[in-house]
Amino acid sequence: MRDAALLNSNRPRHAGFVRITHWITAFAFLALLITGAEIVISHPRFYWGETGSDLTTPLFKIPIPASRNLVPTGYGYVMPDQNGWSRALHFQAAWAAVLTGMVYVIWGLWTGHFRSNLFPAPTERTWASFLRAMMKHIHFKRPDQTEASSYNVVQRTTYLIVIFVLFPLVIWTGLALSPGFNSAVPAAVNVLGGRQSARTLHFFVAVLLMLFLVVHVAMVVLAGFTSRMRAMITGNASSG
Amino acid sequence: MSKISRRKFVTAGLAATAGVSGLAAAAGLARRYGLIPPDSGGMYGPGETLTYAAQRLLTRHSLAREFPRSMISKVPFPNETPPLNDAFKHHQASGFADWRLSVDGMVTQPASLSLSDLKSLPVRSQITEVVCEEGWSYIAEWIGTPLVDVLNACGILPQARYIVYYSIDPEWWESIDMADARHPQTLVTYAMNGEDLPVSFGGPLRLRVPRQLGYKSVKFITRLTVTDSMKRFGKGLGSASPEGGYAWYAGI
Repeated sequence: MRDAALLNSNRPRHAGFVRITHWITAFAFLALLITGAEIVISHPRFYWGETGSDLTTPLFKIPIPASRNLVPTGYGYVMPDQNGWSRALHFQAAWAAVLTGMVYVIWGLWTGHFRSNLFPAPTERTWASFLRAMMKHIHFKRPDQTEASSYNVVQRTTYLIVIFVLFPLVIWTGLALSPGFNSAVPAAVNVLGGRQSARTLHFFVAVLLMLFLVVHVAMVVLAGFTSRMRAMITGNASSG
Repeated sequence: MSKISRRKFVTAGLAATAGVSGLAAAAGLARRYGLIPPDSGGMYGPGETLTYAAQRLLTRHSLAREFPRSMISKVPFPNETPPLNDAFKHHQASGFADWRLSVDGMVTQPASLSLSDLKSLPVRSQITEVVCEEGWSYIAEWIGTPLVDVLNACGILPQARYIVYYSIDPEWWESIDMADARHPQTLVTYAMNGEDLPVSFGGPLRLRVPRQLGYKSVKFITRLTVTDSMKRFGKGLGSASPEGGYAWYAGI
């Protein structure tokens, strides 16, 4: 009923607020990914615990050359060093993403955006409906008209995990790498098992977010790139 | 339609005015309370300013984490030692007997302190982590004189806002604000893990600033200058780091 009403109304597929915060977050996140990768290149080794360096055993290494010549990568090649601007842009984009995210979450709670658009409806909160939606995705079934105007239970669960689990985790693990912040809130890094653990976790959560981005974009393309992009830019979901 | 858009227009106009005046008021307050870093201009200025302001509100007096002796790194990583100039090699040959730390600028008694002068001032030892912007880190025990004691011994003037510090290579210089300069863990360091500070770790004298990244802990320091403005130093961005694309404030 609600979906039918939605289709017939002039309500946009995505509220203006969602569209604006979505694109600010998208650009900030892209900047964070690229600059984060650049920063990792200066030391593509990961450790567990409080400390770790070229002289200690890593938990794992990324098999790429580094941008600093002391790192024992096994390659006789040093990559160009891009850390300066990468760090500056990483933190500036982090501010943009965090401030936008805070405004989005407050707005979403205030307007009931999460309740009506993202929390699965009571009838959908079953494994059976989750599986059903999952199978549709696995078989690459294109969404029908009703589904195009709303999210199924798998999509809703994924978005909720990204918004309320992965983003908070990536912010927390990132803040735990700040020596200044750590002096104010030592528990933020201590409960993660130390500085190097925090760095490794920051990397893992970033990888999960990158996987989300890949699947998200793939789904947009599969469901109809033009109409989905139009819906997120103009709010207009119909093809007319 | 026109009614709604007029109301929207008025609301948006009011919101924009409130926003702009709010920002202007915030900027005024931030300047007054010293929350604007010297490298606040340019493309990444907003990010640098937000980070510095937020951390100064949060961390003015907080202490860097200190660790138990058992956590001292067995093999600390010295990082690359920059090319040492002739002046340094000369000092090294004489066992650093004539090494001096000069203090000038806004002090009532400019001084030139020898290593033994420094050792006669209060001693503090701390087990803290060196954190490099690249990602690696190690823990060591650092022993030295709190910078604040050196500054007080020279009669620092109340209008001081920054301490500029130079390596023996004058191209390598940094500065910190008074929150870090007066911080009890900011040490003029002459010993590490119970021994004289090795050259590879910045000996004979290194300024340790444990609440910021390693690049603020300049090795081989020879000079401190107390100032109320960074405008006359280098390009006026606060230190050599922003001139090379790195943040002046490295507490991130």
